[in-house]
Amino acid sequence: MKKLIRVLALSLAAAASLPANAALKVLATTPDWGALAQELGGDRVNVYVATTALQDVHRVEARPSLEARARSADLVVATGAELEVGWLPVLIQESGNAKIQRGARGYFEAASALSLLEVPSQVDRAMGDIHPYGNPHVHLDPHNIRAVAHALTARLSQLDPGQAAYYASRAQEFDARWDGAIRAWEGKAAPLKGVKVVILHRDQVYLCQWLGLVEVASIEPKPGVPPTAAYLGTLVGRLTTTPPKLILLNAYNDPKAANWLAERMHVPAVVLPFSVGGSDRAKDLFGLFDDTLDKLLAALK
Amino acid sequence: MMVFRPVAALMALATLPAMASGADDVAALRAELQALKSDYDARVDALEARIRQLEASAQASADAAEALATAPPAAPAPAPGGDVGDKASAFNPAISLILGGNFTGTSRDPAGWHIAGFPPAGDEAGPGGRSFNLGESELTFTASIDPYFSGVLTAAITADNEIEVEEAYFRTTALADGVTLKGGRFFSGFGYLNEVHAHAWDFVDQPLVYQAMFGGQYRQEGLQVKWLAPTDLFLEFGAETGNGASYPATRLEKNGFNGATLFAHAGGDIGEFASWRAGVSWLTQKAEGREGGIEDAEGVPLFEQFSGDSDTWVIDGVLKWAPTPRRQLKLQAEYMRRRESGEIADSTGLVLADDYRNTSSGWYLQSVYQFAPRWRVGARYDALDSGTPSYLLAPPDLIGANPDRFSVMLDWNPSEFSRLRAQYDWDDARDEAESDRIWRIQYVYGIGAHGAHKY
Repeated sequence: MKKLIRVLALSLAAAASLPANAALKVLATTPDWGALAQELGGDRVNVYVATTALQDVHRVEARPSLEARARSADLVVATGAELEVGWLPVLIQESGNAKIQRGARGYFEAASALSLLEVPSQVDRAMGDIHPYGNPHVHLDPHNIRAVAHALTARLSQLDPGQAAYYASRAQEFDARWDGAIRAWEGKAAPLKGVKVVILHRDQVYLCQWLGLVEVASIEPKPGVPPTAAYLGTLVGRLTTTPPKLILLNAYNDPKAANWLAERMHVPAVVLPFSVGGSDRAKDLFGLFDDTLDKLLAALK
Repeated sequence: MMVFRPVAALMALATLPAMASGADDVAALRAELQALKSDYDARVDALEARIRQLEASAQASADAAEALATAPPAAPAPAPGGDVGDKASAFNPAISLILGGNFTGTSRDPAGWHIAGFPPAGDEAGPGGRSFNLGESELTFTASIDPYFSGVLTAAITADNEIEVEEAYFRTTALADGVTLKGGRFFSGFGYLNEVHAHAWDFVDQPLVYQAMFGGQYRQEGLQVKWLAPTDLFLEFGAETGNGASYPATRLEKNGFNGATLFAHAGGDIGEFASWRAGVSWLTQKAEGREGGIEDAEGVPLFEQFSGDSDTWVIDGVLKWAPTPRRQLKLQAEYMRRRESGEIADSTGLVLADDYRNTSSGWYLQSVYQFAPRWRVGARYDALDSGTPSYLLAPPDLIGANPDRFSVMLDWNPSEFSRLRAQYDWDDARDEAESDRIWRIQYVYGIGAHGAHKY
């Protein structure tokens, strides 16, 4: 009997100590935050990504599989600023997981580490899908990734203090590689400065700002509102005075309108990966920017 | 000396854990420092980013100033900050309002609409009146109450100028291990469609089986506990009880509660583009003097009141396939089976039989296909079997009714907040030779807070 009790006590103790050694379960809303969490957390994190590069993160469903992941997540890494407003609140609310509720340590918003562009001074839905806290498509500026990386490292260390030194060393190593990469990208991207582009949705704004691309028009008349034939007609007229050199669209976009405009304006339409996994080369964050820049530069030639 | 040795040993022992904890402290301090440093780095980065943006915008505004040197000055910017008192509104709940209505045409008189073989299902069943109709205007308030609870109120303002509390409940947010507790008035979590609010339906109205078996949607005042299993496969278990305030239950003349609802759902993904959810639910309830009886083929009521047990099984399943962000196929079906047994009485309460028994059932299958970003088309088939009541004094020529209906719909969604829909029904709910052909044009608009929808 005593032996049995001892065995039970030992196995209970073992079970209780398991979570301390287990990897942190991270639920990332986009492949980009998933890739970043993986870079920083290494084998101390177990990352599940809720969406793919071919999905529109605005319009994702609160699928049962995501609810199951939210239930056991230690950390949710989201963009914030209402990007995931249509589905993430439901997941968190239905998860029965106190760790990831808003305001808890296990809920992380990338936007909280950044100052956003295009914060509207007034909002009205007549203006289309605008976001009251600013443009939430922050990840296509690598300086933003760097700032989010630092904030995320701090959060990982808070959640898993025993491994803080590990996270710090990984963050340092990532930082060094990332800074080197940014220098290389910015050097390479010099010819893109001042190049006039047409964008499709306002999710390329941060990329344009980083590279100094000049956005002369967007194919959507208002954010989230698809263009009509009549609007495209007037757009062509408007663009003849300030002809763009490139038309940018993302892997997940419907290419029809962009291709039509490209043909009319005799300029290339460049399909950018937008997110990790959006092209064969965009396997991680480095690949995402490598591929984005190479595609832009190749199209310019 | 001999005396001091054990003391020294004791002291050494005592210092050991202290030393160990000292090492722990150092590690903890180091970790804290690291966290501080990372946090600090993040702030510096944010500031750097801010500076870059300010520089960019300064440049931009300098350019703009050059270009617009002759333009009239812009309105002065509002003073930053504002009154401290202004912040009181910062805790206002998220408010959303749904506006809905329709235009209806029917080939038969809608006043005579009923579901053959089933007790009258309440005011919300049926196609409603002809011509223009105002739907329910749904007003929803949602907010966190404190770190432990959140609260929801959905009030429906009806076309008859009445305000009805559709749902009003609290829900826990701080319980661990996948447990959520909900209390108040709420739509029961059984099946698939019962919890879905009218504005999110894929057709203008509920499937016939919901209208016949629950008068639309089942809700009561009560408690719900839900547990989500810690597995990668979605597994949810729920239990509810309450006062039995709506059909097929009634409030009881006793303390305590009326019956229970148990449900379980499983779900997951199939490959990259498809997902599913399926479930089974069981409701057991009691009715005391429940008004509304079944009519025979001549329209003569067999009874006016029912008292007894009502047990219902529900099986539900949903499959969604979205190969691109712009296309989606949704397949959905539910089956319900109800067994009632007890006493039937006439309108004065005179007992007609105490061995009444009936088993009714029904199902629907529907599919909605989003074939373009803003367009969806759908079809639905409904079928019911009223069952044949059996009791000693039952008329010998009783036969069950088999109402059914086929519906098609097309909707156009200019944005996430607006929907226009056309629906056409071949409606045989009356189970008579002539079917009712119903067509409706419906609008659904949402204003206010961006809602988030369940699967």
